[in-house]
Amino acid sequence: MTEITSSAAPPLPATAEKLKFYGLWVTAAVALLLLPKIFGSGGSLTTFSLIGISIIFSLSYNILLGQTGMLSFGHAVYYGLGGFLVIHAINIIGVNKLPIPLPIVPLIGGLTGLLFAVLLGWVSTQRSGTAFAMISLGVAELIASSALILRTFFGGEAGISANRTKLLRMFDWNFGPQIQIYYLVAAWTLIAVIAMYALTRTPLGRMCNAVRDNPERVQFVGYDPHVVRYLAFCFAGFFAGIAGALAAINFEIANSAYLGAVQSGTVLFATYIGGVGFFIGPIVGAIFVTLLSLGLSDLTPVWQLYFGLIFIAVVVFAPGGITGLLMMHRPLLKAGTLARVLPSYLIAFVPTLAMIAGLILSIETIVHYTVNPGDDSHIKAFGVSFDAASPYIWAMAAILLIGGFLVARKTWTWVGHAWDTATSVAREKGIAA
Amino acid sequence: MLELTVISTLNGVLFGMLLFLMASGLTVIFSMLGVLNFAHASFYMLGAFFGFQISRWFGFWPALVIAPLLAGAIGAGVERFGLRRVHKNGHVAELLFTFGLAFVIEEIVQIIWGKSPVDFRVPPSLDFSAFTIFSTNYPAYKMFMLLVSIAIFAGLLIVLKKTRIGLIVQAALTHPHMVGHLGHNVGRIFMLVFGVGTALAAVAGVIAGPALVTQANMAGLLGPILFVVVVVGGLGSLPGAFVASLLIGLVQTFAVSMNGSLSGAFGPLGPDYASTWLADIWGVTIAQIAPIMPYVLLVLILVFRPMGLLGTRDT
Amino acid sequence: MSAAIELRGVEKSFGNVAIIRDVNLSVAQGERHALIGPNGAGKSTTFNLISGYMAPTSGSVLLRGQVISGLPPYQINRRGLSRSFQVTNVFANMSVWENLRCAVLWATGHRYAFWKNIDNLPEVRDRTAQILADINLTARRDVPAGLLTYAEQRALEIGITIAGGADVILLDEPTAGMSHAETERAVALIRRLTEGRTLLIVEHDMSVVFGLADRISVLVYGQIIASGTPEEIRGNPKVKEAYLGEEAA
Repeated sequence: MTEITSSAAPPLPATAEKLKFYGLWVTAAVALLLLPKIFGSGGSLTTFSLIGISIIFSLSYNILLGQTGMLSFGHAVYYGLGGFLVIHAINIIGVNKLPIPLPIVPLIGGLTGLLFAVLLGWVSTQRSGTAFAMISLGVAELIASSALILRTFFGGEAGISANRTKLLRMFDWNFGPQIQIYYLVAAWTLIAVIAMYALTRTPLGRMCNAVRDNPERVQFVGYDPHVVRYLAFCFAGFFAGIAGALAAINFEIANSAYLGAVQSGTVLFATYIGGVGFFIGPIVGAIFVTLLSLGLSDLTPVWQLYFGLIFIAVVVFAPGGITGLLMMHRPLLKAGTLARVLPSYLIAFVPTLAMIAGLILSIETIVHYTVNPGDDSHIKAFGVSFDAASPYIWAMAAILLIGGFLVARKTWTWVGHAWDTATSVAREKGIAA
Repeated sequence: MLELTVISTLNGVLFGMLLFLMASGLTVIFSMLGVLNFAHASFYMLGAFFGFQISRWFGFWPALVIAPLLAGAIGAGVERFGLRRVHKNGHVAELLFTFGLAFVIEEIVQIIWGKSPVDFRVPPSLDFSAFTIFSTNYPAYKMFMLLVSIAIFAGLLIVLKKTRIGLIVQAALTHPHMVGHLGHNVGRIFMLVFGVGTALAAVAGVIAGPALVTQANMAGLLGPILFVVVVVGGLGSLPGAFVASLLIGLVQTFAVSMNGSLSGAFGPLGPDYASTWLADIWGVTIAQIAPIMPYVLLVLILVFRPMGLLGTRDT
Repeated sequence: MSAAIELRGVEKSFGNVAIIRDVNLSVAQGERHALIGPNGAGKSTTFNLISGYMAPTSGSVLLRGQVISGLPPYQINRRGLSRSFQVTNVFANMSVWENLRCAVLWATGHRYAFWKNIDNLPEVRDRTAQILADINLTARRDVPAGLLTYAEQRALEIGITIAGGADVILLDEPTAGMSHAETERAVALIRRLTEGRTLLIVEHDMSVVFGLADRISVLVYGQIIASGTPEEIRGNPKVKEAYLGEEAA
């Protein structure tokens, strides 16, 4: 039997592979340490902190969506409750001079998230699919609305604030400066990412995937899908609480927006755009969405509209997200046929860019007329100045949009053809299925 | 007391009818297409805003007819060019598509009409008092809303029971896959159903607009309650949606008019607890928690009767 | 020794329509028992009732003398009963290896463990490798299950069913849609894998039934009209009239 098993089972990782694997984590840790040396400004450090928080939050969301197939519209509840409890905890620790330094405090947030997930999770995970999504929405609305009623705990519209510098000092840091907050967030991000990755390599993690793929079959191999979903829900709540705690520490405030629909929607956007099918998908999505929302808001007054349009475009054209799109090319890369599709991408890129430019021009012009009709019509969008009242601009917008659309449609069919030939070659080589 | 009960009942039934105007379309769309239209409340909002704009230009009565048609046309287009493409990516993708759509519609409405409420007024021909109950004047406009809702239901019932397309819709409610096998043009039927469903939501918007506040956050406020109605009633059950709509309409209306609180009943908390979160709970009035009543109902149903009141289909 | 599976007065109705009427069936331990009958007789429904997918309207289902009717499928599975599906029901996005591994996890006692690395569990590896070799899919180990050929998927389906070590196996039309050669291989596989276990199999292919079964029960319109050895069934006039119109292998 041992001979059969030694040849039938997948090979155990060789020492070289193990070194590569651990090396990856070490490199990540080193990169995080060195990042502030390269981008040292206060703005960059804040951005990095926000990205780190978003990474933890998005990965926790993907435990539900990508790994267990549960679409939640109310994940911000656990994020927000973690944040609120941490603010209260910091105040209590500060007043009573308890020996708890700030680096430990995110754990309190995590335990809060875990507690509420334990309480609310069994009922929430009874159903799956669309029913679960609606239930998550209802529960989130319940808690978010309660926040405005329980004013002592949630502080009403203004929220509750705390002073993070009053806690017990570790290595003489009071965590006032942003650089120290960055290191706190970076450390916790690394820990959380490693922990969540490890979870995917456990029996529970594997059964989460099984429940996602075929909950009926899972029952017939001895597992209760409800229990699996419940445990996944609890883990997701735990890590969301850590993310919320770090956000509360970073901003030194927690308010009802932490719990709200917008926050839940944002993490859904980030995770989905990054790609739910791969572990690093939400990491990519978190970075992309954080940078985009920070950057876009400077370029145009209606950045949220563009956000929504990008999301819809991803849902319709690239349901695998950014990582899904990239990974799609892996078989082609292995088969050496990637070069065949690249030229068609370049050709399709031009009319697509024209179409997008026309769309942006149209949107910005319409915005000018509906939002600020009295203002001067010379506006600036995406760094480009133009006169929104000029009929030439209108004509150009129409031509770019419609013309671009028609030409782009044609060129994308060419991309499809190039893909077909490239994939057939890969199939012959036995690389793609 | 009696006066309050009668008025609240009238208002509650009215609210319930409005909810059912929307929930019925949502349920039929879900039963036939298998997708819960997250953007359904957005079409309600579009109906209100289109109604406002058209009544500004042409008057209320043309708006009552044109706005739902316009919204329904948009809905049909959404099904034809959007939902149908996403269908092959699975149910999650469909739900996310409608979620993104709801978000974008709200943004567009905000861009065009702004974030503040717009002045959508009751048409002068209906701006009088219909009757007086005890000492309160009950507005004729609300009676008009009630009449329109009932008329539409009667029309729907007739279409469902007496026409061929109604028969197909009924069949598709319980056996959606069979409809295609029977040779009907499923694509066109889906487009029609989606268009009519969203048009119904828009009608609710046009008539509710003058009575309630017409503002860009309408969809966000009413959307979750709509889903609670559908889950409580039982996903896929039209009678369930009807019962749940009336139930939630009445519960919420009655709650708003009640002034009771625990402190009112049992006396204020002792001074030690007066400034804690316990005091918040103790002192909160029923009127204050009226907005969250539907969600409390949701949780209760989930604990004690997860398939909903009259649910037949699981998702 | 109590029967492996026993159905006592089992009835199942959907609304007003009675699908299963007063079915009494007994499958001895270690026996290979075939359930045959015309289309629509209620064979898959019977399987659903035994495996817990549905509860009977009345009557009871017993496993080794203990009542299991009304229990959820995962509890019945943990007591040692496993079933396959007529329409292939595997984890399409996972590889063959991972499919089998999921089926092995509960039986090896790892349950909902989130503190163990699944790649470091030698017993899980060995058992999964054994099943993989048994169903002859070693060469396709890393292929996503959704991309296998039909016959390979059916083999995987059987593999998942027996991987947990259940000693009562229900197979629902395992050779449906297979060519003659594939069927022969499948039968040999089934015979080998169910050695020493109790097997209840639904089949339409009479050559499979008569080649594999120790005893046969015939289900027509929700009722068992005959139950006995293959020879008894072959000669039974009621059976011939209701079902075996054409040749019996």
